[in-house]
Amino acid sequence: MSEAVSALKAAEFTGGIAEVTLMDPIGMISVRGDLTAAYMKKALKKAVGLGLPDTRSVQINGDRGVAWMSPDELLLLCPYDQVSDTIDMLTKCFGSNHTLAVNVSDARAVFRISGAHSRDVLAKLAPVDLSPATFTPGMIRRTRLAQVPAAFWIEEGDSFRLVCFRSVALYVYDLLKIAAQPGSAPVFYSAKP
Amino acid sequence: MLTLTCPNCGITAEETEFHAGGEAHLKRFGPGSSDTEFEQYLFMRDNPKGVHFERWRHVYGCGKWFHAARDTMTLEVFGTYTAQTSTVPQDIINKIMDRRPDWQASTAP
Ligand SMILES: [Zn+2]
Repeated sequence: MSEAVSALKAAEFTGGIAEVTLMDPIGMISVRGDLTAAYMKKALKKAVGLGLPDTRSVQINGDRGVAWMSPDELLLLCPYDQVSDTIDMLTKCFGSNHTLAVNVSDARAVFRISGAHSRDVLAKLAPVDLSPATFTPGMIRRTRLAQVPAAFWIEEGDSFRLVCFRSVALYVYDLLKIAAQPGSAPVFYSAKP
Repeated sequence: MLTLTCPNCGITAEETEFHAGGEAHLKRFGPGSSDTEFEQYLFMRDNPKGVHFERWRHVYGCGKWFHAARDTMTLEVFGTYTAQTSTVPQDIINKIMDRRPDWQASTAP
């Protein structure tokens, strides 16, 4: 197998109001079907050790996770090198039921935005209420970042995980860098100047 | 600014997260229809000042289609509802009647 590389190889921005890091590739599996079906629950338990996430929520279990994407779509997370095995496991559980599991790992780029002003940086780019009272851990938000689709959730504390299409990774990295440039803190979500 | 709530995922967001899909509840006229019917279906659209029914897609969110009832002048949204209907649900009609007592409910698709 060829060596997996992230969209921009190493990309890390520090010295601004938040740190932006392009992460190593992680395994991502798009699952579509009847989310309420018994075989779906069984498949999730087996593949990621988790139950069906609530609407617009994400659950993480170590290096695996599952995110609610739409009424008939989930995004499964797992180590990059375990995607094939996980899909085999899912497909077995789905049997002949009309359901889809497909490897989208190489179609995505993953960023981490961290630091006291991470909420401000995202709020500059997405039409989302990112106040700590409204956007809380366990939520996933699919939205746009300036002109491209993206999804993000809180990893822990003030650290966000963001997923976008690999083809726009450079655009998103540039956006995040500009939004995080030194001296640009709006002091809106983060009370400390 | 137009603010919509997607009934598929429950997100309330401003219009740039959505994509407008034009007038809702059109009746399709295809093969076998008259030229006039086909022309009406293909080209002729209502353009009211006031209550209007539209299709929208949550394009940057869950990706699903839905319907919206809104006022084209004030941008007031009376309600959003499932895309899986060819008529306006009664609860949406009631909401419009509450806000626009002089609106003719019989004109609703
Ligand atoms: Zn939606």
